[in-house]
Amino acid sequence: MKRFRLDALILPLIGFALVIAAWYVSSATWAKELPSPSKTWEASRDYVLKPFEKRGEMDQGILRFTWYSLQLVAKGYFLALVIGTPIGFLLGLSATFTRIFDPIIQILRPVSPLAWLPLGLVLFMGAGKSASELGALFTIAICSMWPTVLNTAVGVRAVPQDYLNVARVLKLSRTKTLFKVLIPATLPYMFTGFRLSLGIAWLVIVAAEMLTGRPGVGGFLWQEYNALVYEHIILCILTIGFVGFGLDRLMSVIEGRFKTG
Amino acid sequence: MSHQLEISALSKTFPTPHGPLVVVRDFNLHLEKGEFVCLIGHSGCGKSTVLSMVAGLSEPDDNAGGIILAGRELSGPGPDRGVVFQSPSLLPWLTAFDNVLLGVDQVFYTASAGERRQIAEYYLTVVGLGDALHKRPTELSQGMRQRVGIARAFALSPRMLLLDEPFGMLDSLTRMELQQVLVDLWTRNHLTALMVTHDVDEALFLADRIVMMTNGPEATVGDILKVPFPRPRDRKALLEDPEFYRLRAELIEFLEVRAYTLKGQQPPAPKPPVPPNSPAASSYTPPRQDRAVLPTQVETLA
Repeated sequence: MKRFRLDALILPLIGFALVIAAWYVSSATWAKELPSPSKTWEASRDYVLKPFEKRGEMDQGILRFTWYSLQLVAKGYFLALVIGTPIGFLLGLSATFTRIFDPIIQILRPVSPLAWLPLGLVLFMGAGKSASELGALFTIAICSMWPTVLNTAVGVRAVPQDYLNVARVLKLSRTKTLFKVLIPATLPYMFTGFRLSLGIAWLVIVAAEMLTGRPGVGGFLWQEYNALVYEHIILCILTIGFVGFGLDRLMSVIEGRFKTG
Repeated sequence: MSHQLEISALSKTFPTPHGPLVVVRDFNLHLEKGEFVCLIGHSGCGKSTVLSMVAGLSEPDDNAGGIILAGRELSGPGPDRGVVFQSPSLLPWLTAFDNVLLGVDQVFYTASAGERRQIAEYYLTVVGLGDALHKRPTELSQGMRQRVGIARAFALSPRMLLLDEPFGMLDSLTRMELQQVLVDLWTRNHLTALMVTHDVDEALFLADRIVMMTNGPEATVGDILKVPFPRPRDRKALLEDPEFYRLRAELIEFLEVRAYTLKGQQPPAPKPPVPPNSPAASSYTPPRQDRAVLPTQVETLA
């Protein structure tokens, strides 16, 4: 047992060490423009150690940027769930609905956020100042919706016939069947979808901020690339990674709670 | 007509890739009020199909007879028939209590919330789950889950009870316990009951009459056996009664021979006895407990 616990800690650390070593070697040999790990830390220290400081619109502590990004993601993600879950239910319940909309869903699903964003900006051009935010929200929602839609549909189709027979024998009304049987039975699938959707929403944020120039981790990354401060690109990548990992863990915990036996 | 349940000229045909398959043909049966009737037959002969048509979960063929319960022709399922399924079919996110209450709320919607809770609690206590009211199905044994299933059916105060091999998944000790629970509850209410089983002893212990179905396809009533034992029945006394063994032999003879010959089929040749130490003697595998029933399967299960 003890050996196992030690492995669980040491083995991942070996992985980190190897990647950092590769990074160091690369920056010292073939990729001269790539800042070394120590240089990256030097340049990022202020942003990490004073994470909430605001020095200017595009010069803020890293957690402050993260907070902006999370707010935008939360809104877009919420939109995705609110729209995606009912669509998933309709797909799962109605074969006709599936025949009508499944092909178009399969075609829209693989479209990259980079392609959606310009369309979002065009759509909300009339909105003036908030056009970039609405465009970003549109992009996050439409890109991150699909796992929720598809998993919910699969979950609804997988509701055991036994449960539906119970509902029929008791003559539960449609609404009662939905809330007392279908939704609880589908929840585990829905939450798998929610977790995957959140992962995508977080992926999309960077693209959305880059193209709209909004303050946030992605916006900061793009600005620092243009300002030739390459250290901060790496800082942003690491931040995005850690936050994404954290969000996924969080959702896994919630998802685990809904696993009914 | 004073029968509680009248099944007349019932037929059921399933479409298959090889053309329509008539599973049940011209099935007739009348149940008196308060009568307990068991339906036995080979697996796949259409027993459960008959039951599921009475439950309203599957539709009989058009223009092919009908089912009348307490003077009214049935169409579709409803809580006037308490159904105990083969798998307990409890909703896993609800406690035992809430599973029962779901049905009670549905039937006694005019009663106060307190009264409804009392009804659910009463039936769960009667089936011996007074201490496990607020446990979820995953925390209960298979036998306890089926107790909840029984409580749920009785708590509806239905016009009749339909039981689809309710104890088929249980070990024999638990099965006997639950048969007793069922008889005890049934003795209180004297609900008309129709139960599908393939356990001959179970049928003899529980039923007033045993309906033997011929082999499928086109299964129908082959013969009906009256079970003369007075109630309350004592299992031990029953096992010492030579009449019990005579009836038992008759039922088994029906299943082994007449279920086929009545249909003009050849009964399967008796299998040669298996030597005690051969691997085949111990190859019995118990039926799977968590049977996932796909929508298309459910109606063909018999």
